[in-house]
Amino acid sequence: MKEQLHELKEQVILKIKESNTVKDLNDVRVAYLGKKGPITDLLKGMGKLPAEERPKMGALVNEIRESVTEILEERKETLEQQAIQEQLENESIDVTLPGRPVELGNHHPLTRVVEEIEDFFISMGYEIAEGPEVEKDYYNFEALNLPKGHPARDMQDSFYITEDILLRTHTSPVQARTMEAKDGAAIKIICPGKVYRRDSDDATHSHQFTQIEGLVVGENIRMSDLKGTLDLLAKKLFGAEREIRLRPSFFPFTEPSVEMDISCFKCGGTGCNVCKKTGWIEILGAGMVHPNVLEMAGYNPEEVTGFAFGMGPERIAMLKYGVEDIRHFYTNDIRFISQFHRSEA
Amino acid sequence: MLVSTNWLSNYVDWNELSVEELAEKITRAGIEVDGIIDRSFGMDNIVIGYVNNCVKHPEADKLHICQVDVGGEISQIICGAPNIAEGQHVIVARPGAILPGGMKIKKAKLRGEESNGMICSLQELGIEGKLVPKAYAEGIYVLPNDVRAGDSALTHLGLYDRILEFDLTPNRSDALSMLGVAYEVGAILSKDIKLPEISYSASAEKAQSVLKLSVEATEDNPMYVAKVVKNVKVAESPQWLQNTLMSAGIRPHNNVVDITNYVLMEYGQPLHAFDYDRLETKEIVVRHAREGEKMVTLDQVERTLNDQQLVITNGKEPVALAGVMGGANSEVREGTTTVVIESAYFAPSSVRQTSKEVGLRSDASTRFEKGVDPNRVAEAAERAAQMMAELAGGEVLEGSVTFDELDKTPQRIILSPDYVNNRLGMKIAMDEMKTIMDRLQIPTDLINGQLVMDIPTRRQDLKIKEDMIEEIARLYGYDEIPKTLPIVESTPGGLTPYQAKRRIVRRYLEAAGLSQALTYSLASPKDAQAFALETAPVTKLLMPMSEERSILRQSIIPHLLDATTYNVARRNESIALYETGSVFLGIEEDGLPKEVEHVAAALTGKWVHHAWQGETKKVDFFVMKGIVEGLFEQLGLHERLQFTKATVDQMHPGRTATVWLDDQSVGIIGQVHPTVQKQRDLQETYVMEMNLQAIMQTAIEELLYEAVPRYPSISRDIALVVDRDTTAANLEKIIQQAGGKLLKKVQLFDLYEGKNVDEGTKSVAFSLTYFDPERTLTDEDVVKAHSKVLDALTVQANAQLRS
Ligand SMILES: [Zn+2]
Repeated sequence: MKEQLHELKEQVILKIKESNTVKDLNDVRVAYLGKKGPITDLLKGMGKLPAEERPKMGALVNEIRESVTEILEERKETLEQQAIQEQLENESIDVTLPGRPVELGNHHPLTRVVEEIEDFFISMGYEIAEGPEVEKDYYNFEALNLPKGHPARDMQDSFYITEDILLRTHTSPVQARTMEAKDGAAIKIICPGKVYRRDSDDATHSHQFTQIEGLVVGENIRMSDLKGTLDLLAKKLFGAEREIRLRPSFFPFTEPSVEMDISCFKCGGTGCNVCKKTGWIEILGAGMVHPNVLEMAGYNPEEVTGFAFGMGPERIAMLKYGVEDIRHFYTNDIRFISQFHRSEA
Repeated sequence: MLVSTNWLSNYVDWNELSVEELAEKITRAGIEVDGIIDRSFGMDNIVIGYVNNCVKHPEADKLHICQVDVGGEISQIICGAPNIAEGQHVIVARPGAILPGGMKIKKAKLRGEESNGMICSLQELGIEGKLVPKAYAEGIYVLPNDVRAGDSALTHLGLYDRILEFDLTPNRSDALSMLGVAYEVGAILSKDIKLPEISYSASAEKAQSVLKLSVEATEDNPMYVAKVVKNVKVAESPQWLQNTLMSAGIRPHNNVVDITNYVLMEYGQPLHAFDYDRLETKEIVVRHAREGEKMVTLDQVERTLNDQQLVITNGKEPVALAGVMGGANSEVREGTTTVVIESAYFAPSSVRQTSKEVGLRSDASTRFEKGVDPNRVAEAAERAAQMMAELAGGEVLEGSVTFDELDKTPQRIILSPDYVNNRLGMKIAMDEMKTIMDRLQIPTDLINGQLVMDIPTRRQDLKIKEDMIEEIARLYGYDEIPKTLPIVESTPGGLTPYQAKRRIVRRYLEAAGLSQALTYSLASPKDAQAFALETAPVTKLLMPMSEERSILRQSIIPHLLDATTYNVARRNESIALYETGSVFLGIEEDGLPKEVEHVAAALTGKWVHHAWQGETKKVDFFVMKGIVEGLFEQLGLHERLQFTKATVDQMHPGRTATVWLDDQSVGIIGQVHPTVQKQRDLQETYVMEMNLQAIMQTAIEELLYEAVPRYPSISRDIALVVDRDTTAANLEKIIQQAGGKLLKKVQLFDLYEGKNVDEGTKSVAFSLTYFDPERTLTDEDVVKAHSKVLDALTVQANAQLRS
């Protein structure tokens, strides 16, 4: 019986080793350790043994059973591991295949420029003022020190609807309207918007374009305040290393009037094709609000002063992103618009 | 304005600077120097030659073989110019010379004959054809005989000169003259300037004895000065004068005309020269033209005049269109012996009007339009008389014939230094301000701590205190202005709720996959009202540049479709664009059109495109609808949104809906009509346009937290067969009404038409979620509510339940 048992053990171990799947292993377990298996049979046959041998044999059977079970479990563990391994191998993918695209749209490059400027001024306590694109001659010209008959307001240059109504040629009428509405109170505004001029569309002209203007009115507003403000703007838009310079210029609605140049962001001032070898790039026009303009809006120019500035987002975008043709902004070619997607922060 | 730096040296000594430094200083002080032109173009080996001998080329009709003395050496040169002749002094480009066009001069053989250089025209030296004297316009330039062969031709022609190109702002008309520029440069460099000295000996005969003047239109012509010069010999001007005019962009004609043009450029005072004998009447009358009166101007064009236009007449007929152009009948020409020099002040508005009406702008008219210096009118006439005496052998008659009612007093401006400093944010001392005025040669007194300035009439741009602040600041230097920030009663700043919502809408649409387009507001008559949400009168331009852009748009969709077609034609077949912007409807009470902000979108091609996993989806109505629904959700208006089937022109009749916000129609959504798609070269394309303004102005409830459910919900599905025309919205409404308080959510999850369903019907399945926030629902509760729903569907929608 003892030999029988050892023989059986060897046999089972061999079977276990031969099992290559968890299922085979289970079959072995059922066949040898199950109710109908030889070990059970042996246990059943113990009754035939002498009483004194029974405990010894019982212990042996149990010992064999336990050791077989142990080996079986070990084998099971190994086989399960193998199975998982196999599954993982089967599930392996080519991680270089393209991902499922998340289709994002993007905003127009001009919106990008306008919002950057808006946000900069909002952070300095400015409000955004808006107004109609179709304007009265009064707000577009007269209130801005451009009386009727002024050479700068040729019918040929503007889109008139009637003699007194036209598509605004700049966003300055929003300034005129705001000053009138504020009734003598201080002002800090930015006016972005579409404007229209009677120009033929070409690489540098567009009959419709955008402008963004700023206006500050209050007691003791000085030209140095204008300079400080524009200096910060230039650094925000074109980098902290930028320097600005002001040059005298002329606009009917400001006096003194200036044009602002920034040091060239491409060559740093040594001269290149972007700055036409001068080291400076003209960015915007500005000035101290003309006393006539203040007066027409109901301010006393002896007591209240102001500054105003205006720039073209198209020009800024063209400089910043190297766009060579203004018409790109209005063609809506997706191959163009989609390039202004990524964040610059 | 072209400023020859050589000519400028006559009036102000700038030569301690380089031309580049001078240009930079002028620019920084306020007159933008756009460019610097080197008139020598770096040329070399250009000499004066003398044609010793000139014979026809035996092998070529149009060529001549010339033996040219180029300074102690005879060179054979083949010349093709028609006006080449023996005995001429000519310009020779010797081998090694490089001409401005890039042509390199080399020894060459022309039809077998050696040629050692080229005899040049002025054009070949880089002078614009329109500036070349007419006599030499078609051939080589012939120099006078007082020159020496072998000398530099460039020196002789004054081409070692650099020209500053001024981009003048409209206020700085004072710099439209060399004297004006000299005052400016003198102020910038703190240098004195040298004015022309006028002296000549006049004849005993008085101008008044040979010419009568009467000015009838005194308002448009408050000052008129005429001088008479006898015994003039009309001829070519001396070379220096011709050179100077060409450097200023003016073509030389003859000495008399050239002198008037020279003085024009020097003083900024336009002059005119009449042939005294051709005036016939010994009289000048200035008046307005008679309506319909005709005259032939110098350019040989007959012009019909109106009664607003000012003319100079001989008492009978016009001899000049005042300030704009002379008449052909009194032009100075070869053989003219007595000249009348006219120097006048014509009212700017009059000249502007006339020059616009006749379509003529000249160096003269642009200066009159700006207003010439009243104090230079008489002096300029004297300057011209002096030059005619010197250069044309003329005899100037004593005095002048004058009409003068022109105010020539300087304007006085009084300014306190505080006023200046408070506006600049600087601390400039009064003495320094006075020094700046001295540099500008503006007579200034310091009285009671104020600057009292008498503004010379040459600076008509200086009218108010602020103008003087600019003068002080620009000469003190804008670089000296400190950088500060404005101190204003503090405002919070920021976007208005409306502006903030606009950004939310844009960011949402971009996150949803649409890119922002920006199209034109001006549309064609065909597109202006297409797809419009409402019918309103259009706003038309008075003078459109093209019909294509003649009317303000009432809908954004047509231009978005244009953009879509543009992209599709460039093989970008899947396009998703949106735009926010104004449309223009009717006319409001204030006369302006009603401007309403809209949002529109266009979709075509594939929406989902992930090909290798077999996942692609074309755009359809429900893609666009989902975008619109999401937009309303973003704005907190989702539950107030509804869609009803609609018929819209140019849209697919079965696939178009009106978008409702509460009971207000706020937009349209749907497929573009297949016929329109075809016309526009588009595949299936979906569009939407909504009144963004109305949507964004709709008030929403405050955002308040709702308790997270503590009890579970129970779901029940229903499958129904209903009539094909029964809408989902209708079924949902029935379910909602019947479901009562416990019904929390209804969701359509299946739709089927076709096999296994009777024709004219469809199968629809909904998932209903029941929930009570107060307790756990029992089966009984749900059965009760659910059976009400089933009953209602059976009765109200004639639905058959499917198990
Ligand atoms: Zn550069």
